[in-house]
Amino acid sequence: MAEYEDLYREIILDHYRAPRNRGELPVPPAHKIEGFNPLCGDEVVLYLMVTDGVVTDVKIAGQGCSISQASTSMMSAAVKGKPVAEARKLIRAFKALMSIHESKLDGVGDGSDLAAELENVRFGDLEALQGVVKFPVRIKCATLAWNTLAQGLDEAAAD
Amino acid sequence: MGLDVARIRGDFPILCRQVHGNRIVFLDSAASAQKPVSVLDAMDRFQRSSYANVHRGVYTIAEEATAAFEAARAAVARFVGAGASSEIVFTRNATEAVNLVAYTWGRANLAPGDAVVLTEMEHHANVVPWLMLAEERGVELRWIPLTPDFRLDLTHADDLLRGAKLLTVSAMSNVLGTINEIGPLARAAHAAGALVLVDACQYVPHSATDVAEWGADFAAFSAHKMLGPSGIGALWARAELLETMPPFLGGGEMIRDVTKAGFATNDVPWKFEAGTPAITEAIGWHAAIDYLEAIGMADVRAHEVELTGYALDALSDRFGERLTIYGPCDTAVRGGTVSFLFDGIHAHDVSQVLDEDGVCVRAGHHCAKPLMRVLGVPATSRASFYVYNDEADVDALVVALEKAEKFFAL
Repeated sequence: MAEYEDLYREIILDHYRAPRNRGELPVPPAHKIEGFNPLCGDEVVLYLMVTDGVVTDVKIAGQGCSISQASTSMMSAAVKGKPVAEARKLIRAFKALMSIHESKLDGVGDGSDLAAELENVRFGDLEALQGVVKFPVRIKCATLAWNTLAQGLDEAAAD
Repeated sequence: MGLDVARIRGDFPILCRQVHGNRIVFLDSAASAQKPVSVLDAMDRFQRSSYANVHRGVYTIAEEATAAFEAARAAVARFVGAGASSEIVFTRNATEAVNLVAYTWGRANLAPGDAVVLTEMEHHANVVPWLMLAEERGVELRWIPLTPDFRLDLTHADDLLRGAKLLTVSAMSNVLGTINEIGPLARAAHAAGALVLVDACQYVPHSATDVAEWGADFAAFSAHKMLGPSGIGALWARAELLETMPPFLGGGEMIRDVTKAGFATNDVPWKFEAGTPAITEAIGWHAAIDYLEAIGMADVRAHEVELTGYALDALSDRFGERLTIYGPCDTAVRGGTVSFLFDGIHAHDVSQVLDEDGVCVRAGHHCAKPLMRVLGVPATSRASFYVYNDEADVDALVVALEKAEKFFAL
């Protein structure tokens, strides 16, 4: 098996080929946030509707590689209908999932601090993105959607 | 083929290594070229035998180091057809050379409303310094557009140049491979009263260069794209321009005298070279120039024309309309840099699969986002050729691309 098949799990290719929640939302009341990966030109446009502390709707536009687009699609499915607090917890957990490997490589820690973030988090489809950590250059592709979501939740909270 | 590629490849230690169990197929020289053993040895020998700071000591090795450093400058000057060594300012890279012009000449000569003409195919290094001037002092930027066959559309060039102070243009696009004919552009710019800056960092490594024949005023290029080390580049500028331009960075080397009240600048080119320069890298650059001159730049160009033609044919024969090539199809007006994109497959995903076969190509926006927007794509894959590449490398690229296409097929 080629190494890259560990990166491109079937569920990732499925989200890439049939992305969930594509579209736009009227702004306002929704928030529109653009995220860029300056390294490769990936682009995520996130439309986020937050009502009474709940992410009531999410739509996605933009273009990019399979990892960034699949991660964005999975993110939209994972946070839609969830309370903001839960979405934020998922952001932290996902970023921990992506960075645990890196921090071990850097020798700055054993990753135990990050492991705490991962406890009691149900990743579902997102689990498939774990293979990305073996390809450090691609981690930014995977985290782009989540950084954009974090920015969107901050903007919604500032309303 | 004119070049003995097998022998040349033997001069490059890194090309003997394997990646994922496969022979490395290095097709990213447009980003940075690999180094022959003669360059590595020259730098190593210098550091072991003659290393000292330059233009400072009077002891033997300091004099040897200074002589070797200035000999490198002379070699660079000769290689690009400069009138004198003093017209070569060493910089960190081509980016710094462009910035030097924007920072010193630009700030001394450009006022609000003055126009700088550039093109849609420029690298960020030849875009952002001018955007900074536009922001800082209201300089107007005018863009020469592209034709459908990825060349400069000069239909309205005279209008764009009218009243402009500077034309800044790439001699060869790092994305499209397009070679721009500098001579006629420089004449048109001069007729309009504008100076001409050439981003030559993709051109100098691959073709015999004569800045005097171009009739340009400034040219920027670097060592690392022409088999030399990273960390050193050069600005060529006509002597009388360097004489009148204000200095760039302040510090040691660039001064003639310093008092508590002020300073007087050194002669050119040292006036623009504050601080300890990249000494060992200059020695390496000299060795790279020797290596390329031994091959002969006409033969380098002929080899790349032939190989690029082979690659363009191979890609279109195998993939047809499923793969778009962004660049001219006429090898006479392009260099060996080939950007392409599969319909529906992102460049990064293609590169990832190619890496498994040891095939190194660049994926992304190639530091040319304005161009990517013109092309209407977020990214492309780019294969670029040099003296150590041959048809077998192109064949390996095609085989790896077949795998990528199959893997990502809808």
